[in-house]
Amino acid sequence: MKPKIAAQSGTFESSDVIFLIEPLPDNAGRKLEISSTVMQQFGSSFNRIVEDMLDHYEMTDIHLIAKDKGALEPTIKARLETAIKRSLELQEGTVK
Amino acid sequence: MIRNSKKRRTMLYIPGNNPAMIQQGGIYGADSILLDLEDAVALNQKDAARTLVRNMIKVVDFYDAEICVRVNHLSTPFGLADLEEIVPLQPSAIRYPKTESPEEVAELLRIIEKIEDRHGLPHNKMTLHAMIETAMGVQNVFNIASMFSRVDAITIGGQDLTADMNIIYTPDGLGIDFARKRIVMAAKASHIDVIDTIFPDVNDEEGLRKETEYAKKIGFTGKAVINPRQIDIIHEVFTPTEEEIRKAYRIVKEFRANIADGIGVFAIDGKMVDAPVVARAEYILRLANVEVVTGS
Repeated sequence: MKPKIAAQSGTFESSDVIFLIEPLPDNAGRKLEISSTVMQQFGSSFNRIVEDMLDHYEMTDIHLIAKDKGALEPTIKARLETAIKRSLELQEGTVK
Repeated sequence: MIRNSKKRRTMLYIPGNNPAMIQQGGIYGADSILLDLEDAVALNQKDAARTLVRNMIKVVDFYDAEICVRVNHLSTPFGLADLEEIVPLQPSAIRYPKTESPEEVAELLRIIEKIEDRHGLPHNKMTLHAMIETAMGVQNVFNIASMFSRVDAITIGGQDLTADMNIIYTPDGLGIDFARKRIVMAAKASHIDVIDTIFPDVNDEEGLRKETEYAKKIGFTGKAVINPRQIDIIHEVFTPTEEEIRKAYRIVKEFRANIADGIGVFAIDGKMVDAPVVARAEYILRLANVEVVTGS
């Protein structure tokens, strides 16, 4: 699936991560820009979580920017799920 | 006798959209942790908080604390979505805000049980805490507290109640005093816990102690907490003193010995001990985590 709109989730607070997602032109694939305060120790794990979730939602033609401030895995997954659903205009029970 | 066997001296509010606070929630020693999807979450972050709380409940260790989730009211665009995400996780309890009538609770339970049926979950594990924070809720509180076996605690929301009554909150709590006492009496008559409202000034420790002592005196079983700094003071107030524990221990021990001999009423230090005194003593020992060893 391709993002319908640009969307974001999360914050710049400690133990949180902010994700920004925007659509790319057709057949552009995935462009990921990930930075983290714990990149050296946990960078590969962070990348894997992101890739797995993008695979799960079959996301393509997506530009994703992540700025991590040491978020735990459940937080990373929650924030990315929220950003993806917002970009697909799938989220329910919220004020847009 | 209170139906619930858990201690609920403190219930720590944690905003549902704050990962740092959620992951640290268990270390402060509160008896209950309340993950809040309602007032502590901005209207345009409800989806984010719901997803975060769902993920965190699955993996974060909150130690011995009871985990409750305050969902949004079903009249908002968020309430149903909250229940759909949270009920399958079966936290200890769902806290429902601005409860005004037993019909509302019946409708809420109908939805919860429908979700539980879909997930093959029992109807008797997760309980419900009804928040009383409107004048109508205060008027209907006994029926709310007494008609449903899944409601095992009621709480007073002082801030919303003062707003609903169009009065200004004052530190002496005068404006909500009638509501406090009515809510306590409804809980006692229904044999469930009753938890007092928050104390908003986190820097006023003396004021917190005074208000907590008053809440204990009129019958509350615990108090809501908005900052971990408030936990120790509230625990001190609600935890029995050593003298109270020793006395309660003697009462229960002698009662058990006497009852075995067919004696129901007796005296300790010249004061009559009968069933209500024993029930009170047993409650004190439960709060203090003390077991009576009989036959020694």
